[in-house]
Amino acid sequence: MPLTNKERMAISRQSMPEREANVRNRDFNEVNIGFDGGLAQTESERCLQCKDGKCVEGCPVGIDIPAFLDKIAAGDMRGAATILLSANSLPGITGRVCPQEEQCEQVCVRAKGKNGKPVAVGHLERYIADWARENLDMKTLLAPATGIRVAVVGSGPAGLTCAGELAKKGHDVTIFEALHMPGGVLTYGIPEFRLPNKVIDAEVDRLRQMGVKIICNVVVGRTFTIDELLHEEGFSAIFIANGAGLPMFMNIPGENLKGVYSANEYLTRSNLMRAYDFPEVDTPIVRGNRVVVVGGGNVAMDSVRTAKRLGAQEAILVYRRSREEMPARVEEVHHAEEEEIIFKLLTNPVRILGAPDKWVRGIECVRMELGEPDDSGRRRPVVVKGSEFVIDCDLVIMAIGTRANPLLTQATPDLKLNKWGYIEIDETGATSKPGVFAGGDIVRGAATVILAMGDGKRAGAAIDTYVRTKHGLPALP
Amino acid sequence: MFPILDTKWLASDVKWFRIAAPLVAKHRQPGQFVILRLGETGERIPLTMAAADAQTGTIELIVKAIGKTTRLLCGKEKGDAITDVMGPLGKPTEMHKVGHAVLVGGGVGTAVIYPLAKALKDIGCHVTSITGGRTKELVVLEEELKKVSDRVLATTDDGSYGFKGTVADMLTKLMGDQERPIGAIYCAGPVPMMRAICELTRPHKIPTIVSLNPIMVDGTGMCGGCRVTIGGKTQFACVDGPEFDGHLVDYAELADRLTAYRPQEKIALERMEHECKLAGVKA
Ligand SMILES: Cc1cc2nc3c(=O)[nH]c(=O)nc-3n(C[C@H](O)[C@H](O)[C@H](O)COP(=O)(O)OP(=O)(O)OC[C@H]3O[C@@H](n4cnc5c(N)ncnc54)[C@H](O)[C@@H]3O)c2cc1C
Ligand SMILES: Cc1cc2nc3c(=O)[nH]c(=O)nc-3n(C[C@H](O)[C@H](O)[C@H](O)COP(=O)(O)OP(=O)(O)OC[C@H]3O[C@@H](n4cnc5c(N)ncnc54)[C@H](O)[C@@H]3O)c2cc1C
Ligand code: SF4
Ligand code: SF4
Ligand code: FES
Repeated sequence: MPLTNKERMAISRQSMPEREANVRNRDFNEVNIGFDGGLAQTESERCLQCKDGKCVEGCPVGIDIPAFLDKIAAGDMRGAATILLSANSLPGITGRVCPQEEQCEQVCVRAKGKNGKPVAVGHLERYIADWARENLDMKTLLAPATGIRVAVVGSGPAGLTCAGELAKKGHDVTIFEALHMPGGVLTYGIPEFRLPNKVIDAEVDRLRQMGVKIICNVVVGRTFTIDELLHEEGFSAIFIANGAGLPMFMNIPGENLKGVYSANEYLTRSNLMRAYDFPEVDTPIVRGNRVVVVGGGNVAMDSVRTAKRLGAQEAILVYRRSREEMPARVEEVHHAEEEEIIFKLLTNPVRILGAPDKWVRGIECVRMELGEPDDSGRRRPVVVKGSEFVIDCDLVIMAIGTRANPLLTQATPDLKLNKWGYIEIDETGATSKPGVFAGGDIVRGAATVILAMGDGKRAGAAIDTYVRTKHGLPALP
Repeated sequence: MFPILDTKWLASDVKWFRIAAPLVAKHRQPGQFVILRLGETGERIPLTMAAADAQTGTIELIVKAIGKTTRLLCGKEKGDAITDVMGPLGKPTEMHKVGHAVLVGGGVGTAVIYPLAKALKDIGCHVTSITGGRTKELVVLEEELKKVSDRVLATTDDGSYGFKGTVADMLTKLMGDQERPIGAIYCAGPVPMMRAICELTRPHKIPTIVSLNPIMVDGTGMCGGCRVTIGGKTQFACVDGPEFDGHLVDYAELADRLTAYRPQEKIALERMEHECKLAGVKA
């Protein structure tokens, strides 16, 4: 007997089991434990199975959310996994890192009203993805091999998704990755306590099983140019997904002192190079006692929580606007607070102070207040005159954003860029250069995992059409 | 994996390697470097390519054993392999027919100027190479440099070999030579040496290019760890360099930043020595 809407409404949102805050803030194991079968079933029964499923529109890749939740409620995990995977090839990742509260869950009808709480779509997605990883032999059906070679530059979510789409369509796909490990930001940026490497490894393995080749240590633009890939190495098309990894600094005095990191460097040392395990591994990292992280996004949140785990007595987040304007995922902010991260809001650094030995000793800040809304609709922070004060600290991490990395684009002068250096594409993902497509952060600027995946999927379809036309092959049914 | 095809000791702590890395070899230009990593727990370190051959798909490195990673590397022999070799990285040297080119190398820096000497000679410069060390054992690559230079001048601080004095003293002498005015100077070595050379050439406005060696991680412009201040502006040495106009470099900052991991480097080395002792091998 299916539940009535009234019965469904009576169930309250199940909360995600988490590890104890002051235990987890000392190690790098995952914070969220995950739903068990019972919690998953109960939570999925909260879904009202809306006919016009607003939640589906809220998901950038259009997962049939009510359908997969219905399968969970019925105990059909295999069925749920099939629906989920048909729209989203990396659900174990998006279930963990999507800003659900701004997407599928924001528009869920159950979010309405003062005490409304959306169905926990993300947590359920994570549950099914993990179940499938353990229990299903996920052989993807591949179309007959076409022998057409396509190159993908970068192995972040955009590149991985595009490679998967193209492999499914029978093409011979090679991913070129600059670093020694695949995964992009998922590997080098987002910490283990939020997204364990085993989840990424499983995805990468699945692609390899589908015949995708991943060649690391290749910096496109230096090791090969785009033109060489097209004209000498025999690739019929290229998808560029090299991310937006050029760290920004504030250009304030003291930024080159010892003990000032970009978030990219700090997180790369800790995640990619596993410096938290020094001296068991060879890459060192500066462990601060009082650490200040500047910024209010996911990157800042990951950095400050990493600092705590690396032993900081006080890990302090400095952000120039107020809590409401913080772009970080709600769950991260909440977890950070539980982990005793100190928030200094409406505060902006003006310079970094050094000791005579050129190590950081503090950061001078001013207080801010919120003025009129700016272009982004957020209220613009303005400096409170004469409010300078110093926060003593021995490590500063700048997490104030990234810009387009010009390494590849400079080596490809005929690729049209916008004024910020991001690659321009049309609605299919095609760039100004024939046979070359692009997506993810190198097109959007720092965005999200699911948007990067959406781009990879769309470009995969466009590339399939392009290469089939080019080689005179019929379209797949 | 990148197989080591051949090795040779050039000094008691300097080793030459030929490594199979076909993709890197194909595009390498003088002045460029690779980042390599040894094993799954290894760190990423930058090393200049002394030479490369696209035909055979090989690159050559000259490595001075100073810390854990370079010592582990120098312990490798023909038949061993390197886990990761990424490149070519950095901007190629901007080379012009400058007439008389003087190359100044100190310590590991000599490994960096060696390929430049060859390249500058190939485009028709008259090449003088100066290689210096505190004492005789620390003068490296003299023989190799002779093959690619018109003239090689060795210096030792203690006079135990060649000219007695620093490379800067030698350069002062050369600058006084009216017969052969210097068109440009290329310099690589310890920071105080590069700074001293630039102070010498600045009043004479002799173009001086230095190859900087900040600590690096990714080598693609992603981390900003390699930032240096050039003419008051922050630049990332791995993508904007590693060669810069030596008269614009903030050497004090570079020298400071190179000391950031001193305590950790010491720990890493001591642990390695301890493990080697336990295993009964020489570090
Ligand atoms: C610390 C951090 C936390 C984040 N948290 C979240 C979150 O919780 N939720 C969310 O949705 N989003 C989050 N994001 C944003 C999200 O990770 C990115 O939007 C997404 O990864 C972009 O994917 P991409 O495939 O475009 O590029 P990337 O993931 O940046 O991958 C690009 C890859 O290309 C490689 N590459 C670069 N240049 C070259 C070259 N020349 N040749 C070959 N390879 C090259 C890089 O090494 C990298 O592996 C976070 C980002 C960071 C940095
Ligand atoms: C672009 C570039 C090209 C280079 N080319 C060569 C080369 O051709 N041959 C060669 O032998 N070395 C070269 N180096 C230096 C080499 O990268 C370092 O010697 C190496 O990283 C040290 O690693 P380690 O673990 O052995 O020593 P560590 O234990 O990391 O360091 C030991 C000592 O070396 C100093 N040091 C650390 N990193 C560097 C660095 N990047 N440069 C200089 N000193 C450093 C430290 O201050 C410390 O005192 C180059 C460096 C750069 C940036
Ligand atoms: S992919 Fe993201 S937005 Fe889409 S349903 Fe899953 S959690 Fe929601
Ligand atoms: S909007 Fe909410 S309740 Fe309605 S189908 Fe989607 S998840 Fe279920
Ligand atoms: S080494 Fe990371 S930006 Fe240069």
